[in-house]
Formats: sequence, structure tokens, C-alpha cells
Amino acid sequence: MSKDNTVFIGKSQNFWVRNRRSEGYLLKRRIKQITISVVRALLMFGLCFMIIQPMITRFAMSLMEERDLYDSTIVLLPRHVTLENYKIVFDLTDMPISMLNTLWISIVISICQVVAATLVSYGFARFEFPLKKFWFACVVMLIIIPPQTIQAALYVTFSNFDIFGIITLIHGEPINLRSSLLPYVMMSLTCMGLKNGLFIYMLRQYFKSVPESLEEAAYVDGCGTLHTFAKIMLPDAVPTIASCFLFSFVWQWTDLFYTRNFLSGYNMFSVRMSTMASRMGRYFSSDATQAVVVPNGRQLQLISIAVLFCCVPLIILYCFTQRTFVESLAMTGSKE
Amino acid sequence: MSKKQRKYREHWYSGITESFQMFIPGNKIYHTMPAKRARTGVLFILPFIIGFIFFMISPLILSMRMSLSDVKLVPGSGFTMTWNNFNNYHYAMATDPNFNQYLVEEIGRMAINTVATIVMSFVIAVILNQKFKGRVLCRIIFFLPVILSSGVLPGIESSNEFYNMMSDIGNTVQNSSGINISQSLQSLLSVSGVASQVFDVVFQMIDAIYDIVMASGIQIIVFLSGLQSISPSLYEAADVEGCSAWESFWKITFPMVSPLLLVNTIYTIIDFFMKNDNRVMERINTVMYGVQLNFGVASAMSWIYFGVALAFIGISTFIITRTVKSYE
Repeated sequence: MSKDNTVFIGKSQNFWVRNRRSEGYLLKRRIKQITISVVRALLMFGLCFMIIQPMITRFAMSLMEERDLYDSTIVLLPRHVTLENYKIVFDLTDMPISMLNTLWISIVISICQVVAATLVSYGFARFEFPLKKFWFACVVMLIIIPPQTIQAALYVTFSNFDIFGIITLIHGEPINLRSSLLPYVMMSLTCMGLKNGLFIYMLRQYFKSVPESLEEAAYVDGCGTLHTFAKIMLPDAVPTIASCFLFSFVWQWTDLFYTRNFLSGYNMFSVRMSTMASRMGRYFSSDATQAVVVPNGRQLQLISIAVLFCCVPLIILYCFTQRTFVESLAMTGSKE
Repeated sequence: MSKKQRKYREHWYSGITESFQMFIPGNKIYHTMPAKRARTGVLFILPFIIGFIFFMISPLILSMRMSLSDVKLVPGSGFTMTWNNFNNYHYAMATDPNFNQYLVEEIGRMAINTVATIVMSFVIAVILNQKFKGRVLCRIIFFLPVILSSGVLPGIESSNEFYNMMSDIGNTVQNSSGINISQSLQSLLSVSGVASQVFDVVFQMIDAIYDIVMASGIQIIVFLSGLQSISPSLYEAADVEGCSAWESFWKITFPMVSPLLLVNTIYTIIDFFMKNDNRVMERINTVMYGVQLNFGVASAMSWIYFGVALAFIGISTFIITRTVKSYE
């Protein structure tokens, strides 16, 4: 058998033998492959490191005492480890309360947004009605228009809220809704919340990709429109809807713009965080009336810890749900 | 691609009037199936219609009016508006010390960053689409910027003076010791006579790579989903025909993904325009909520800003649809 001269194209033969047979092609290809994968590995490692590095620095910084900050020999490993910073940031951001507020408000708002976006996107994906193109153009406009354009107008609208004078009729005067949750819930339920146009777009893309014959079969069997939507379309759409929910949740969690404009009555983490630096002076002084000057480095350290507090729950959430995030987005396929 | 046969219409509006008959009970087409479907469809998108009219159109009109008038806040009873022509726009463009300058700077930065973000996210998506060890981990990490660059997070640390001081020190140290690679490369290239302005832009991109990667989370996913929807049999066929990987990249991958270029470009531009650490945004906010409480000027500023954004989106859409069409 060993004297057999037939050519074996398989692993049983030596690489160099096969290489000679292919007149050097094999070696060339192998070298190319290895080069590509080394370059790729380097590039990926570098970029990944660049993304993660600030988080690592923040974590290292959070454990340092103040004097370690100014010590240029210390890069990552703190010399004097302390947990006191955490307590300070806890106090400064009003931690358990503001975090819980952010949590439940984010959940409520995200649910409102996703429910509304699902209904609207289904309407856009499956029905023919007059002015459909116009309304869809409005959805695109909604994505494009920066909310800052209407910021002042919304501020005014909601501080003297009135629908065609009805409220004035009942209540005597327009009501101020600025400090309640109501305006934002209303906006979310009517798809005008944070990046809501995007959710409509994503979900519409998904609903369009589902074959219509599924619904037709349901109609033939005597299902009503709503019933078909609830029983046939919704169960399959759950991953996409979930990813929209997660996006909405994450964006709402870190949002400052809408929070500052509409939720000024609530103790929210993002607002607390953004105003932290100005409250530090008061906090560190022994006497409540006078403020101390807090060194910039110290300020930065405490802000970094707050950022860490803000990110870590989201990152943990993301690690558990990343399949939903990435795969359902891949399923949405956004093919035009 | 099933196109319904179009009926001959006498006037341009006859189609519209015809379709509105669906909503009038007693009309002869009221009880037909399409009419019923149309009514259900409108019911489904009703939340959006209501929201768009009340919370988008009407504030937009109000904000337009505010931008054209003098707004005075009256404690207790809201505000008063008196028409003052285009004074606010004039103020924003000519009198305000920073707005003009910030606007031009941000537009320049945005143009560069958009191109860089698109190229970067495309390259990363292509790499992530290949099979290699640790791909799942890489995907998880490349998605993190979506979280890390949202909302308050990006601007909050750079607004600190110490942070700026540190990065300044870093730059000067690099400059004086000559360790700054991009700078030395740049001087090398400019000595050798290569067009320096082009390289200025390129090096600006390289220096801003962190910002660019942070801004490209969603775009990577969109490109990745596009890449995954390409059927592998296309590559097989090309391989059999003797295509090299390079050729099949330009002949298959690029044309298949290029429709997503438009979506991504628009998304990138909008994302950049709405960022918190954008200096134009900061300026608008200080004018609005700062000492001045000048709603009129703030609205005028945001309208100028929006106009610029829209123009930018229009131009890039035009360019991309032109170039992409030639591939199809």
C-alpha cells in the first residue's frame, strides 16, 4: 500500500510533500492566511482594548485615594486602596433613590414607546391607506428632526398645557405639566419620544419581511385583523420587539435631554450625575452654608465613578441579552 | 415586484379624493374590503398621527414663530411674543460671539467624522463577519459603544477642566518628545512632497479614532446584518469562476451592502448632530436655560442648525444614491 503511487489529497501526507506537488502554491496560501489572521488579531485586539480601556481606568481610579491621583508613578494599580469614594458618590448622586427612579421610569417609558411603535409599524407594513407615503415620510422626518429644535416650544406647550381650550373650560386655566410624568408618557405613547422614529423603522422592516401568506391563511380561517396581529404576528416578533425595548431602555437610562426637559420633578440619576460637580463643594465642606473648592482631579475621579455606576448595570444587562440585541437586529436585515 | 395596474386619472387629486371616500359611511366603496383594510390601517397608525400633529407639527410651528419674535417670559402666565422680523437670526449669526464659529467647526468635524465612521464601521463589520477565534467576544465588545456613548456619558468627563488639562499635557509631552507617531509621519510625508492638506484630514481621523469607534456601534451592526444576508453561494460561484477574494469583495460584497450606506450615513449625521458634547448644542442650551433665558434666539439657532443638518443629509443622500446606482 505504501508503494502505491496514487496521489493522496488529504492530511495523511506531509505538508511539504503536498507543497512540492502544488509547486509552492500551498505554502504561499498558508503564509497569506497566517499573515491575514495575525493582522486581524492585532487590529481587533487594539480596537477592543481601546473600547474597554477607559472602563478599566475608571475602575482603577475609583479605588484610589486622592493622593494616588497625583502620583505619576501610579498608572492602574492604586497604592492606597479605599472604598470611601463609592460612599461619597452614593451620597452625591442620591444613589438608591435616583437609581430606582431611573429604573422604573425607564421601564414605563420604554414599554409605552415599544407598544406604540409596534402598532404603528404594523400599520405601515401591512395596510394600504390614503397618504401612507406621506405619513411614512413623516416618520423619516421624525428621525431626522433634532428634538432640540422643538425643545423651547415643548417647554412652553407643557407648562401651559391645553387641548383646544378644553382644559381651560373645565379647570379654569391651562395646567402646568412640567413636573409630572404625564407629558413624557403622552409623547411616548404617540411615538414622539426618544429616537422613536427609529423603532418604527426597525419594526416595520421586520414586519415587512414576514411572508404575507401567513396572515392570509389566518384570514381564510376566519381570524379578525386584531386577532391575526395578536396571535400570528406578535409571537414571532418578540425578539425584535425585545431588542427595541432594550435599546429604548438603554437610551432612556442615560438620556439627559428629555429627562431634563420633562422629568424635572423626579430625582433622576442622569441629572444628578450631570450636576454632581457643582454640588461637590457643598458636600465636602464641614459647614453647610459654605462651599469648599474641590480640586479638579478629585472631581474627575468622582464623576468617573458615577459614570461607572451608570454603565455597569447596563453592561451587565447587555451581557445577558446580547444575543437578542445582535441577532434580532441581524434578522431585521434592513434590506431596502 | 408586483406593480398594480394604475388607473387613468383625470386630475392629480382624483386619486386622493377617491381614496378618502373609503372613510365616508354610505359611500358605495365604504363596505369593500380595501376600504375596510384602509380604515384598520389608519387606526393602527393613529397614535403616530396624533403625536405627530400635537407634539411635532404644532411645536415646530410654535418654535418657528418664536424664532421670528421676541419672547418674554411672564411669571405665572407663560410668555408673550412680539414679532421682530429676522432679528433673532441676525443676532445668532452676526452678534452672538460663539455660535457662528462653533457651527462652522462642528460642520467640518462632522464631515470628516461621518466619512471616517462609515469606512471604519464597514471595515470592522467585514472583519467581524469572517470566522476567527474570539469572534463572539469581539462582537460583544464592539457593541459596547452603543451603551458607552449614549446620553450624558460622552460629554460629562470632557467638560471637566482636569480632564482637558491632562489631555493637553499629554499632547505637549508627545509633541516635545517626538513620540507622537502621527505627527512625525505627517512631517515626513509633507517633506517628501505629498499633498499635505489631504494628509491633514487623514491624520485628523487617526487622532480621533476613539471618537470614531465610539460613534460606530449601530452602524457596525447594520452593516453586519447586511453582510450576513448575502448568500454564500454567490461567493462559491465566484470562486469557481476564478475570482480572487479582492475581486469578489468589490463585485459582490460591496454592491450588496451599498444600499445600507445611505441608512448608515444618515444615521451617523443625525447622531452627530444630536450629541450632547456637540458645542453648538451646548451653546443653544446655555442661551435657552442660562442667564439670558432667550427662547427666541435659541429657537432661531436650532432652526439654523436644523437647516444645516437637513442640507447636509440632502447632499450626502444625493451623492450616495448617485454612486450606489452605478453599482447596481
